[in-house]
Amino acid sequence: MDSAVQTINNLTIGFTSQKGKQISILKNISTTIKKGETVGIVGESGSGKSTLALAMMGYVKHGLYTISGECLFHSNNLLEMKNKDLENIRGRKIAMIPQNAGQSLTPNLKIGYQIDEALKLHTDLKKEERDKKISELLNKVRLPSPEIMAQRYPHELSGGQQQRVAVAMALAGNPELLLLDEPTTGLDVTTQAHVLELLNFIAKDTGTSMVYVSHDLGAIAQVSDRVIVMYSGEIVLDGPVRSILKNPIHPYTFGLLKSIPKLTSPGLPDSMSGSQPQPGTIKTGCSFYERCNFAEDNCKNNSPNLEYIDDLNTSVRCFKYKELINVKETNLDTVKSINNDVLQNEILDISKVSISYAKQKFIDQLLNKIDDSNPTVQDINININKGETLALVGESGSGKSTILKSIAGLLKTKDGMIKFDKDKVLSNDLKTRDPGFLRAIQLIFQNPDESLNPNHTVEEIVSQPLRLYFGLKGDELKQKIVEVLEKVRLGEFYLTRYPRQLSGGEKQRVAVARAFAAKPDIILCDEVTSALDVSVQAAVLNLLQELKEDFGTTYIFVSHDLAVVRAISDRVAVLYQGRLCEIGPSKNVYQLPSHPYTEVLLGAVLEPDPDVKPKLVAEDIVEEKPPEQGCSFQGRCPRILGDICKNEVPPWQIGENGNSIRCHIKVEDLKKQQNIN
Amino acid sequence: MLLLVLKRILLGFITLFIVSLITFSGVEVLPGDACTTYLEREAYGAALEACYERLGLNTPAYERYISWAAGVLQGDFGYSLSGEMRINDVLGPRVKNSMVLASASILIGIPIALLLGIITALWRDKLPDIIISTITIFSMTIPEFISATLLILIVAIWLEWLPGIVIVPTGVSISELLPNIILPVIAISMIMTAHMARMVRSSVIQVMASDYVQMAILKGVPYWKMVFKHVLPNALLPAINVVALTIAWLLGGVVVTEVVFNYPGLGRLVIESISNRDLPVVQALAIILASIYVSINLIADLMTLMLNPRLKSLQIKK
Repeated sequence: MDSAVQTINNLTIGFTSQKGKQISILKNISTTIKKGETVGIVGESGSGKSTLALAMMGYVKHGLYTISGECLFHSNNLLEMKNKDLENIRGRKIAMIPQNAGQSLTPNLKIGYQIDEALKLHTDLKKEERDKKISELLNKVRLPSPEIMAQRYPHELSGGQQQRVAVAMALAGNPELLLLDEPTTGLDVTTQAHVLELLNFIAKDTGTSMVYVSHDLGAIAQVSDRVIVMYSGEIVLDGPVRSILKNPIHPYTFGLLKSIPKLTSPGLPDSMSGSQPQPGTIKTGCSFYERCNFAEDNCKNNSPNLEYIDDLNTSVRCFKYKELINVKETNLDTVKSINNDVLQNEILDISKVSISYAKQKFIDQLLNKIDDSNPTVQDINININKGETLALVGESGSGKSTILKSIAGLLKTKDGMIKFDKDKVLSNDLKTRDPGFLRAIQLIFQNPDESLNPNHTVEEIVSQPLRLYFGLKGDELKQKIVEVLEKVRLGEFYLTRYPRQLSGGEKQRVAVARAFAAKPDIILCDEVTSALDVSVQAAVLNLLQELKEDFGTTYIFVSHDLAVVRAISDRVAVLYQGRLCEIGPSKNVYQLPSHPYTEVLLGAVLEPDPDVKPKLVAEDIVEEKPPEQGCSFQGRCPRILGDICKNEVPPWQIGENGNSIRCHIKVEDLKKQQNIN
Repeated sequence: MLLLVLKRILLGFITLFIVSLITFSGVEVLPGDACTTYLEREAYGAALEACYERLGLNTPAYERYISWAAGVLQGDFGYSLSGEMRINDVLGPRVKNSMVLASASILIGIPIALLLGIITALWRDKLPDIIISTITIFSMTIPEFISATLLILIVAIWLEWLPGIVIVPTGVSISELLPNIILPVIAISMIMTAHMARMVRSSVIQVMASDYVQMAILKGVPYWKMVFKHVLPNALLPAINVVALTIAWLLGGVVVTEVVFNYPGLGRLVIESISNRDLPVVQALAIILASIYVSINLIADLMTLMLNPRLKSLQIKK
């Protein structure tokens, strides 16, 4: 058996509540990380996974403390070690790659200095040797021109580059154990796939053990040998990656896998009801009891122990796991297909719209003229039918949110026209827009923490559109608020609550309720599920679909997550640098032949299946602005033809599946190149 | 970058122009004028006319404003009423005295404030923080006229260590002035230091809780190295603007302290010239104090810009 790098025994970490009660965040965790092994730790927010990762470095956040147990690195308990001794282990023996590299790099220090600092602390190299080593490390994480990079400040790098710098810094001390806390969350799809590929390469190359903490089963599937599933501060499942992801024998993992939208099985995933219990909730019995479809009376009264099953090499905390052993893999894919009643009745017509963020010159401001030959968003033509769900997909900087803002009237267009209900032109400026149109188009934002006023109760939040657009008052208003809340499955009980007293999913439901209270014709959804946990995401998607079927609402759904888009949309528009690349019915866009950019995006999607590897066909370079002329994707296109792509804007072609592709390459040739029959 | 500086300087001048207009017209609309003040009871008939003639007050207001503004631009504020001294001669020593007081307070107060702020933040909620924070909050809440009076009572009257009030002539040399400023400096520093220490404390605490400091700890950076390299440069950047406002306040706003200690600074001159209705001096003071605020804020903004790599490269790119 391989030697253990880190052993955690009966670790319990918690805090003392304001009432003086001791509350555990981690409960009795025991596990071992072996040499050369990559362990994925999965769980939703609040499951204690980050606390566990930090404890593995002997670090406990301000306010938390160790209640019992130990964290042994080889045979030294990190949690009882003096700071001075810890300084010799942190960065040298155990290194951390943080979630948000952008915020984890000190803003006033150059990249080179920050790597050098780690080298100075943990190696005996001299100045010249260290300089060489910095270049080597930056090279290893595949950053272009390392010497120039080293002289840059963190904010001068893109998100993906910052994450690579964090990796380089972690590798500086040649650690035995690398801890990665959500290292790809917040990165673009293609960047994420590239960073994961790099991490895999480093694991193989250096033989370092890794602990990979993430909520994203897709990422976990790509890197891990073994997976630990955490729920409410406990380990509920621990075993080899394939058996965990293909035949999960814990009901929570089963539900989690079912709630992930997948490219391979279009339609809405099943959602899990309820939410994770808050830390400190008194419980007897299994902590998953309330959300479990397999539960029986025994589960309510007795809590199961983590039981090791020899022939699966898996530990599981469930009384009923035997029932799950025989559940077939295909059962993970049960999905509800969407069936929208799309009328051939145009509700929104976006024609030749361009939007510019360029700062106006003083004279242009006076003349109310926008002068920008290369606007952020250019020449967008989209028609949306009543009852349809149209998705806008693209990476950050693709202009998808910008287009939403223009439809909502929050951003002026430079050129073009947006028409509502066939012939009613929507005013460019919110102030001059007819209140009826304002009511007809509602917006739901990505982050309900920021879009709900923290000083308003749920009642006040939902009452605003009702008072504003319908002039409701008194009992009538209250009755209507309750009615709207019930539609999003929140009871009357929520009326007096403040947003901070709600869970993430509940908050987003309130935001949905607020949008529907206006009885809109069109709802603009801006990354509405991105900030939510997977199980909650599935519930919100299902809710949105049900409401749509009830009210016949039209959705314009912006997301960077191709699987989510596949699940909910009728039609998809793919955007790159503010220019349309491809548009068509979603089942056709998700099929080859596609626009090369769609191909790149689809290839980078991470499926929660260790046997499906992402295909990396293009470099993940970041372009700051669209090219002056030619095709918008010329800079990264893996199938670039030559000068024609650089000089001429490509024409629209109708693909054989009925999707439109904007490319110089003939659809037949695309088909051949993308290797399909 | 240069363009930005020029733009800011231009904006500063516009601000000063507006300030001068406001003070000038304020003085215009007030009942009474220089001549009625000067002549007091004889302010009627031929004497008043002669005075108007002599001071040029019978020309239209805008003409007087232009000739006054032209003078100011050349550094000439005209004549004061009391004693008909050149205002430049009145202001010169006062500006110098205020500078001495301000520099002494800055040299003593700011280092202490930074030190206390950093100590309280690093030992947050521990004994040093509790003790220092209690004292700073206490000295923040005592009005300066009380603390100044108490200082005089204890140090000057009971202990007889230092002079209680400043009784040197306005134009004395700095070395003669120095022993006199000890008590005013202590009184001013108490409030100033307390405010700044609280500001520094919260700024340091905020940075200590940031992801990059956690990262530095997890990188194995020793504690004090982390504090000096990763925490302080980022935490003290926002303090620059507070320091700047404090300096501006020290140069003209410490009116109460100057009056209690009878200190011949700009603050006391403001009070004196207002009560004497010496309007030309009031006008001059308004312009001078405004230019102090404008220029010190400009310097502070530029320093922030230079020291913050994020803002610096942003400006260069544009």
